[in-house]
Amino acid sequence: MAISFGFTISQTRVVNMDNCDFGKLHQLERITPSFKKCMNCGACTATCSAQQFVSFNIRKVKSLYTMGQLGGLDKELAKCMLCGKCTLVCPRGLNLRPIIMNMRKLLTTK
Amino acid sequence: MKKIAIIGAGPAGIEAASILAAHNFEVTLFEKSSTPLSNILDKAFLFPSSVAAADLVDELNAKLLHDNIQLICEKEIVNIKETNDECKLFDKDGKTYFASKVLITTGYTIFDAHRKEELGYGIYKGVISSLDLEKMIRHKQIKNSIDELPQRITFLQCVGSRDEKSGNNYCSKICCVTAVKQAIEARKLLPQAEIYIFYMDLRMWGQTFEELYRQSQEEYDIRYIRGRISEASATFDGKVQIKSEDTLIGQPLKMTTDLLVLMCGMEPSPGTKTLAENCQIAGDYHFIQTIDPHLHDNETAQTGIYVAGSAKRPMSIRDTLSDAAAAAMQIMSDCQ
Ligand SMILES: Cc1cc2nc3c(=O)[nH]c(=O)nc-3n(C[C@H](O)[C@H](O)[C@H](O)COP(=O)(O)OP(=O)(O)OC[C@H]3O[C@@H](n4cnc5c(N)ncnc54)[C@H](O)[C@@H]3O)c2cc1C
Ligand code: SF4
Ligand code: SF4
Ligand code: SF4
Repeated sequence: MAISFGFTISQTRVVNMDNCDFGKLHQLERITPSFKKCMNCGACTATCSAQQFVSFNIRKVKSLYTMGQLGGLDKELAKCMLCGKCTLVCPRGLNLRPIIMNMRKLLTTK
Repeated sequence: MKKIAIIGAGPAGIEAASILAAHNFEVTLFEKSSTPLSNILDKAFLFPSSVAAADLVDELNAKLLHDNIQLICEKEIVNIKETNDECKLFDKDGKTYFASKVLITTGYTIFDAHRKEELGYGIYKGVISSLDLEKMIRHKQIKNSIDELPQRITFLQCVGSRDEKSGNNYCSKICCVTAVKQAIEARKLLPQAEIYIFYMDLRMWGQTFEELYRQSQEEYDIRYIRGRISEASATFDGKVQIKSEDTLIGQPLKMTTDLLVLMCGMEPSPGTKTLAENCQIAGDYHFIQTIDPHLHDNETAQTGIYVAGSAKRPMSIRDTLSDAAAAAMQIMSDCQ
């Protein structure tokens, strides 16, 4: 039996790539193809206006979305104020505002 | 004896000149500055072996002492025209020179960090470029903005490279290992300082680079954080505050640092750009385009005009020297 230390630093869940639904990812990439260019540098997160006030990580939201881990992302994305600062610093030229709008839309449609 | 003109007395130009001279070609080497090797003279120690740049300069200069080499300094060549199997070179003042073949080795220039305004170069004294640090290391004196020994030095990779906003999507290839080299040299001068390198990817492509990276962690206590710094601002006491994300733990990060060192990329030098355009051999980002990246990587679309070294693309000194030797061989075989 595993010993419990009473805390955990990682989620017990495994990302099972064989079971993920990538349908919403493909839909998003069709509407906003620049989504594919992200190299996960984190500049957007660092500069994000919302992040100065609440715990919010736009790069991580994008990564989770890419990996088909969609649970709770709609709530996270509600924190974004669509100010566009992230787009100004992105070295890969992602157009983040429409990406965020479309993620929100796709996450609420079946 | 066939006459060959070489434009630019950097490592590439000198290496090619000495090989051609040894094979009985008559070489004229044109250099825009007052001395050869302007882009090496401002360096301290060189990767991969940490040899002093001054020593390499001496060895390369010694190669110029050959009866078949004529070095002409303070001469900027701006155009080349090929007519009747001969090349005509034009200098800035309209004077002309003739040669049977021309090799362009006009090299690179470092990315001007002022163009990344959000990083505060030229605005905050604590923000310096990799070239500024190289000069400090050469003078064995690293100081912060108020002339004290820095307690924390922070390097940022990919400044002006891999960046749509700078217009340069390419990787400059040498700055990753240059940061490791400089961090180690900084550690030797500042045993007490904290030294961080912010990176997006660490590209240790060359022989012994990976080992140097490992050594920097193990023996020199250099710390690596994966994330791109997006903004820098000044603090009241002359330090620099930076914002980034530690993308491996997935959390935004801020910290103050005495020095922020921007690892600026390599762009084609103004001379490279001018010749690329005037001779109609410009490729991506105004580097000089070769005919084929594998089998004809020293020939250009213009007969009689060849290219070697960082005028083609970002390159280390070792690669530059091999490339220059290849260009010399190509010129010799085309002269037969
Ligand atoms: C901060 C920094 C640190 C570096 N450290 C290292 C290191 O440790 N090890 C390493 O291997 N590499 C290092 N490099 C890279 C190294 O500088 C290059 O690999 C090397 O200089 C390339 O040589 P080159 O002959 O192609 O071009 P260059 O060295 O740029 O030489 C080109 C020459 O042509 C001349 N010229 C230009 N235009 C004209 C014209 N129109 N007419 C006449 N002459 C002209 C220039 O004045 C210059 O002398 C570093 C680069 C930077 C930015
Ligand atoms: S648009 Fe949203 S994600 Fe981008 S910087 Fe503004 S608040 Fe942050
Ligand atoms: S700044 Fe651009 S490339 Fe970097 S993580 Fe954000 S979206 Fe991706
Ligand atoms: S060599 Fe490294 S620092 Fe330089 S552009 Fe490439 S990834 Fe960035």
